[in-house]
Amino acid sequence: MAVSFTLNGKAVNFDGDPETPILWVLRDHLDVTSPKYGCGAALCGACTVHLEGSAIRSCSTPVSVTAGKSVTTLEGLTAKVGKALQDAWIEFDVPQCGYCQTGQMMSAADLLAKKKQPSSDDIKNAMSGNICRCGTYSRIEKAVKRAADKLA
Amino acid sequence: MKNQSLKNSSRRQFIQQSSALTGAFVIGMHLPLTSQAASGDAAKPALANAWVQITPNNQITLICARSEMGQDVYTSLPALLAEELNLPLSMIRVETAGVAPVYINAMLGGQITGGSTSVREAFDKLRIAGAATRTVLVQAAAQRWSVPAADCKAMNGKVIHSSGKSATYGELAADAAKLPLPEKPALKSPANFMVIGKETMRRLDTPSKVAGKAVYGIDVKIPGMAIASLAQCPVIGGTPTSFDASAAMKVMGVIKVVQISDGVAVLAKDFYAARKGRDALKITWNEGSNANLNNAVVRKSLEDGLSKKGAVIKTVGDANAAVANGKPLSAQYFLPYLAHSTMEPVNCSADVSNGKCRIIGPIQFQQGGQAVAAAAAGVKPEDVTIETTFLGGGFGRKLELDFIRQAAEISKAAGMPVKMLWTKEDDITHDFYRPMSIHKVDGMLGSDGKLVSMKAKMVSQSVTARAFPGFVKDGFDPFMVEGSNNITYEIPNLEITNVITDTGLRVGYWRSVSNALNAFAIESFVDEAAKAAGKDPVAYRMAALSKHPRAKAVLDLAVKKSGYVAGSKRFGVAQMECYDTYSACILELDPAASSTKVKKITFVSDCGITVHPDQARAQLTGGVIYGLSAALSNEITIENGRVQQTNFNNYPSLRQNQVPVVEVHLVPSQEKPGGLGEVGVPLVAPALANAIAAATGKRIRELPLKA
Repeated sequence: MAVSFTLNGKAVNFDGDPETPILWVLRDHLDVTSPKYGCGAALCGACTVHLEGSAIRSCSTPVSVTAGKSVTTLEGLTAKVGKALQDAWIEFDVPQCGYCQTGQMMSAADLLAKKKQPSSDDIKNAMSGNICRCGTYSRIEKAVKRAADKLA
Repeated sequence: MKNQSLKNSSRRQFIQQSSALTGAFVIGMHLPLTSQAASGDAAKPALANAWVQITPNNQITLICARSEMGQDVYTSLPALLAEELNLPLSMIRVETAGVAPVYINAMLGGQITGGSTSVREAFDKLRIAGAATRTVLVQAAAQRWSVPAADCKAMNGKVIHSSGKSATYGELAADAAKLPLPEKPALKSPANFMVIGKETMRRLDTPSKVAGKAVYGIDVKIPGMAIASLAQCPVIGGTPTSFDASAAMKVMGVIKVVQISDGVAVLAKDFYAARKGRDALKITWNEGSNANLNNAVVRKSLEDGLSKKGAVIKTVGDANAAVANGKPLSAQYFLPYLAHSTMEPVNCSADVSNGKCRIIGPIQFQQGGQAVAAAAAGVKPEDVTIETTFLGGGFGRKLELDFIRQAAEISKAAGMPVKMLWTKEDDITHDFYRPMSIHKVDGMLGSDGKLVSMKAKMVSQSVTARAFPGFVKDGFDPFMVEGSNNITYEIPNLEITNVITDTGLRVGYWRSVSNALNAFAIESFVDEAAKAAGKDPVAYRMAALSKHPRAKAVLDLAVKKSGYVAGSKRFGVAQMECYDTYSACILELDPAASSTKVKKITFVSDCGITVHPDQARAQLTGGVIYGLSAALSNEITIENGRVQQTNFNNYPSLRQNQVPVVEVHLVPSQEKPGGLGEVGVPLVAPALANAIAAATGKRIRELPLKA
């Protein structure tokens, strides 16, 4: 049974087990590898994408729920938001290994969509679902603030 | 530096033995360190040696021969080449090396990324390689223009004559490639550095990482490949005796099921199907010799080890002599097994076909990988290629070779290319764990309160005995002594002993290795001694560091930057030298919160000449947080042979809203470069325990804190 949804503005189909988590449809069938597998249990946030504009953990969300809806990965953020985040991440040289960072940026995009000028506490709380084993948290916090300023 | 001879002899021995042990046959994917000329295509290198490739249209590629796992080698190593080539980093592109003898890490004896060695080992080597290439470019220009080479200067990708005449490196590359590379080219004076040590230097891998375009092992795609999920015995070391794949084969998307030496792999169109198929397998296991292993048994074997003689690895004076009017002090410390828990779970891609084996993955030890893949694929080592991707964290886990062998075995058995991906649960339950350890320390305080003698005994399994068994001689594992035989304190009578035990889980090198174990014991004990002597812990340490001015300087700066107040109950202190870097850590508890809530950590290092200061601070910050996660809450336990922890829920990692402020300062230094990747890890646990003791009077001697 095929599932049809919109991925970064384009119509796509997945013809397979509808219980397949979105993450594996994106990575293994649609060759979109920016969402990462970290835990498979919605514990680490590396797989974060947006469903209808809100952050979800794609490792634990079946593709069936996307039917007729829009999924956005880092590549599909609006040019303005995507650039603000990437520029800020580059300015502070945030990544070390970098594996979690696409998920971090998708959570940041979700936060900035809901709160234009987040406080430090807002950032710490909103980003607490995204683990970074390299410990880049303070740079992430600075980059989110900088991206917010760029978008203001 | 009184231990230098011991350290050096260990290192030499290790180089010889590890080279022999890996049995790796290396082939040169890249050319050896002599330039070769090519002709024609402007986009193909006209000059290519092991480290530098230059095309006629002046595209300059520098080779990075260490695995990038976050520690910045992808920038800091090419920076060493770029410095001597007089190239701004913006002009270069970076390529990751294949396997070749020229890329062997002289400090470790193999093409290995580990031991915080990358910059230390490369600092002279790569600058010489860059300077040699610069020299032939200048010579080629001088010959072309019939002018003295001394009147020509290489700068920003061009050689310029004093008359103003110029040619790009690319235009000179073909001629330069015909000239012999000088063996001892003149190196730039640090005063003239234009790349090294600059605060403006940026990571070269950041743009691809923030665009989601950086390729990690998990992102590899080989045409026609299947995704494999491997069922392994719940008891590490167990093997399958029989299996029934009929239900697995009915799972939508499953392609094939194959058995390998230590598991049964399900190959499918995507990971979900592979995993679902794997869950449907019915497997009978031979659980092997560890089937009844549990934590209490391992701990008992370590406690029993305390009464064993072991290997005395350092002696100063006579630590067994009586001390008149001495005040005895004894303490015992315990550290648990730990998993590496990288963000990117273990994975590897392999294509075994036509007598060849292609391996692509997140690999820290390329030659070892080549050797095990050859054996698994049944091909000659020279028919194995190793392509190293970015690593989504390494911390020592991806030094291991198990996953490379498994991927090669699966591809061979299935007759198709595969990407094998472990689940996070596989990753935590089938790691090579940091050893559990027990440390017994006995000291004697003189009438002035100073330590007159100290005996420190460490009991644990030996990683080296497993990974490089020939290197452990007479109970001496050179990596178990890290953090103890390089003790910086002046204690007139000292005896350090290691006892190696066998019982337990398989063990591996974990970010900062034994430094983290020994530093917890020694830095806790010195703090206990200060308290017994009625002295301030900073002043007490300072008084015993007269032979290490760099140690005193970092501690002094940490005191100033942290706002440390003698007699205050909020602070904990620790200091050490490791990887040729001196560091001090002052941890401040939040007085308004519970006794273990950390408010701020001030970390100061003297790591000699710093190639990339911004990322040096990033590494130290990350190391501190990695160490703090472990100290607060990480512990691997084993029952009935099965590791009990599985994922971030029961093996947690500090999160954005849980980390304290971490402030890092570097002491300016012109000493030779020290390591950085592991340096931040070891001091945070003793600093935390010392702060808690100061705040509450309660001495923590066992980790994790489990607050």
